[in-house]
Amino acid sequence: MATSATIHSHAPQGFIRKYIFSLDHKVIGLQYYFLALVAVFVGMFLSILMRVHMIWPTAVLPLVGEIKPETYLSLLTMHGTIMVFFVLTTAPQGGFGNYFLPIQIGAPDMAFPVLNMLSFWTTFVAFITILAAFFVTGGAPLHGWTGYAPLSALTNSGPGEQLGADLWITSIAIFCIASLMGALNFITTTLDLRAKGMTMMRMPLTVWAWFVTAILGLLAFGVLLSAGILLLLDRNLGTSFYVPLVVVNGQVMGHRGGSPLLWQHLFWFFGHPEVYIAILPGMGVASQLLSTFSRKPIFGYKAMVYAIMAIGFLGFMVWGHHMFMSGMSPYTAFAFSLMTMAIGVPSAIKTFNWLGTIHGGRVRFQTPMLYAIGFVSLFVSGGLSGPFLAQPVLDIPLHDTAFVVGHFHLIMGVAAIFGMFAGTYYWFPKMFGRMMNETWGRIHFVITLVGTYCIFMPMHYLGMAGQPRRYSQFTELAYLHKLIPLNTFITYAAIVTVSAQFIFVINLFWSMFKGPKASDNPWESTTLEWITATPPPHDNFGGHTPVVNHGPYEYSVPGAPQDYIMQTDPATVASH
Amino acid sequence: MGLALLVIIWLITFVSTYFFAAQTWWLPHGASTSTPWIDHQFALTYLIMGVVFVAAQGALGLFVWQYRDRGSASKVTYSHGNTRMEVIWTALTAILFIGLNLMGSPIWASERFAPADPGSVPVEVTGMQFAWYFRYPGTDGKFGRTDPKLMDPSAGNEAALGLDTTDPAAKDDVVTGTMFLPVNRQVDLTLRAVDVIHSFFVPQMRFKQDAVPGLIIHMHFTPTEVGEYEIACAELCGLGHYKMHGMLHVVSQEDFDKWLAVREAEKQ
Ligand code: HEM
Ligand SMILES: [Cu+2]
Ligand SMILES: [Cu+2]
Repeated sequence: MATSATIHSHAPQGFIRKYIFSLDHKVIGLQYYFLALVAVFVGMFLSILMRVHMIWPTAVLPLVGEIKPETYLSLLTMHGTIMVFFVLTTAPQGGFGNYFLPIQIGAPDMAFPVLNMLSFWTTFVAFITILAAFFVTGGAPLHGWTGYAPLSALTNSGPGEQLGADLWITSIAIFCIASLMGALNFITTTLDLRAKGMTMMRMPLTVWAWFVTAILGLLAFGVLLSAGILLLLDRNLGTSFYVPLVVVNGQVMGHRGGSPLLWQHLFWFFGHPEVYIAILPGMGVASQLLSTFSRKPIFGYKAMVYAIMAIGFLGFMVWGHHMFMSGMSPYTAFAFSLMTMAIGVPSAIKTFNWLGTIHGGRVRFQTPMLYAIGFVSLFVSGGLSGPFLAQPVLDIPLHDTAFVVGHFHLIMGVAAIFGMFAGTYYWFPKMFGRMMNETWGRIHFVITLVGTYCIFMPMHYLGMAGQPRRYSQFTELAYLHKLIPLNTFITYAAIVTVSAQFIFVINLFWSMFKGPKASDNPWESTTLEWITATPPPHDNFGGHTPVVNHGPYEYSVPGAPQDYIMQTDPATVASH
Repeated sequence: MGLALLVIIWLITFVSTYFFAAQTWWLPHGASTSTPWIDHQFALTYLIMGVVFVAAQGALGLFVWQYRDRGSASKVTYSHGNTRMEVIWTALTAILFIGLNLMGSPIWASERFAPADPGSVPVEVTGMQFAWYFRYPGTDGKFGRTDPKLMDPSAGNEAALGLDTTDPAAKDDVVTGTMFLPVNRQVDLTLRAVDVIHSFFVPQMRFKQDAVPGLIIHMHFTPTEVGEYEIACAELCGLGHYKMHGMLHVVSQEDFDKWLAVREAEKQ
């Protein structure tokens, strides 16, 4: 292949070309990963401020002082936006996907290395832009990560809705551009750069997940980008895409004839696929790890592939389930509700197959596996509150309550984060040549699993009892008073869980320099990243291109000399 | 570690399920005609999901322990899956999910498809940062004109809605910050918002609907018990969102008529 010949010939010299403006997908992957790591700590810090404010509204906090109700909403908006875009979209796809997709398919790099570099640095600019919103007059916007118009489209609807809101939507628009570039690259790479013998149906499920995620990104981010530009126009040039005639605090605004629901349709047309963009890579990692650490082929590989595709496809037809109470025609609710229930089916298939993979295996409890198991547990818990919210009638009591917050944190927040932890513990030896500490890994796992359940499971109860989301205090409505003790419990659980994340970071950086040296294939996995050196050379395979003879999950094959067959092992190792 | 995982997963499952099953926190006491329907559908969904939840988590905990690595004693079943099981499983989930969905549909239809009955009490609900206003059309049964240019939120009530007093139909309109409704009569709601989106949420009426600027949304519900019920705003509308609340008084028809008459008299 022409590309491979040109790429592996010259590894760049010099710090800047090697580590800053690198064209190497592995360096770019790590850049994405560390960007997400910074972002997740910012996001977590904000969430702790929120939880503290809910319980002790007058507390004076370090760095931020006393939090006002509008500050709470700014924290909320920034927490949600940073988590969704700069953590969930950035680490699993931009980070791990970038690093391992080319290696797992036997390619020397991404199809478009320059585009890859550009897409990272564009993401970086987006991140700086959103952080800037904290520091401008008026502060960060208060309209929530969903930015519903007209609240988000008017500059006088609240503090933070001036320059802060412009920076917010600009950041998102920049992020969209970055994601579009990334998506193109992932798709092309998967289609064009697979090694000899790496048929589509021999790709690891991680690759399938990254591939379908990229397709979703390509279709979804374009829509959000357009929607965002229209919002900027409404805000700054007086157009009326989203704003009808409104009167804000007695002042008749100049807008006429716009539709607030238009924003919701466009936003959720992106927003629902986005939750799959966040979770699909995690599903891929969970599948890969459950098979590896159970020493057993994945149960129903084909079904898994079709399920990923079905989720991706149906994911574009369910956005209206966020809008049952919005004033949208009640007839359309039928269709959206039915499609949403339908998307539960492939999700259930995946769960079933994960259980089937463990069943009859020989499970090794190394830290990556613990997180994969945790992922399944959280995916089940978060997934089963979905069929409540998918029914319009039940959405009447539950929509926009804490129930929703519990639901999406479990499935899209924490499950996806567990996917990232699993990936980190699993690929760390390959990325850094050393092993992470197992004991601290386990301690981190147990606290995080129990902690997140303590935070997010009770939110379902709160929501059932009618606690609306995005409320900074529970003092105004009498029926919320009795829910304060449970809220206090959640806050304590959040403080403990967030503190435990320092265990992870210390383990990460300590192991990077002090961990025991890793062998090339410490987990006895079968996929291509484990046949190459640790860390992989600049062109991934040191000048030769691998030839693939086996499917990705050949564990415990009867008659084989070992309990695993590498994808590149000679075809004659065993017949299966 | 296998045993530890089993214990942790089962414990999480048990505790989570316990608080659902014991109904320690539950839907608030409902007092509208739709309550039994919605609550029934909720309980049904809860039951089915609860069973799946316990089964799936139970199996996960059990499997990781049962199939833990026991050295050479462990025999791995080499298998790429089982298509028949796959098909059965898919069909079952599909039937379950779609069936559940269809069962809930008639309730939704009765809530949202049909217009209000003739003879129901007309009330217009208007959301603005950060208050709810309720308007009754008065004896003529007609809501008078409102004019955005006349809106003065600081003055409250009629003035806040910009009621145009030159319109004869507006003369007898009553605007209040507290909602009164007669018991066992349907209310014919007209929902509006003047600035941003708000959401009219009365948990005990099992009622929620966004009020959207530029849209006039018609809804209905029927309170069945005399009492006082809190109204919340369920859509983020700005810095005062958490305190944008109101009160619904459900009273007897007699008390309702009296209350309305007093408000009419105050206007003259
Ligand atoms: C330590 C862990 C976390 C805690 C304690 C936490 C806490 C919270 C709280 C208190 C809210 C506000 C709920 C409300 O007032 O309605 C919230 C909202 C949100 N969180 Fe988290 N969160 C955590 C992690 C995450 C993660 C990992 C994600 C990634 C998806 C995430 C995404 C969101 C989103 C999208 C919102 C909605 C923001 C909005 O309403 O605009 N959170 N979180
Ligand atoms: Cu959705
Ligand atoms: Cu509100």
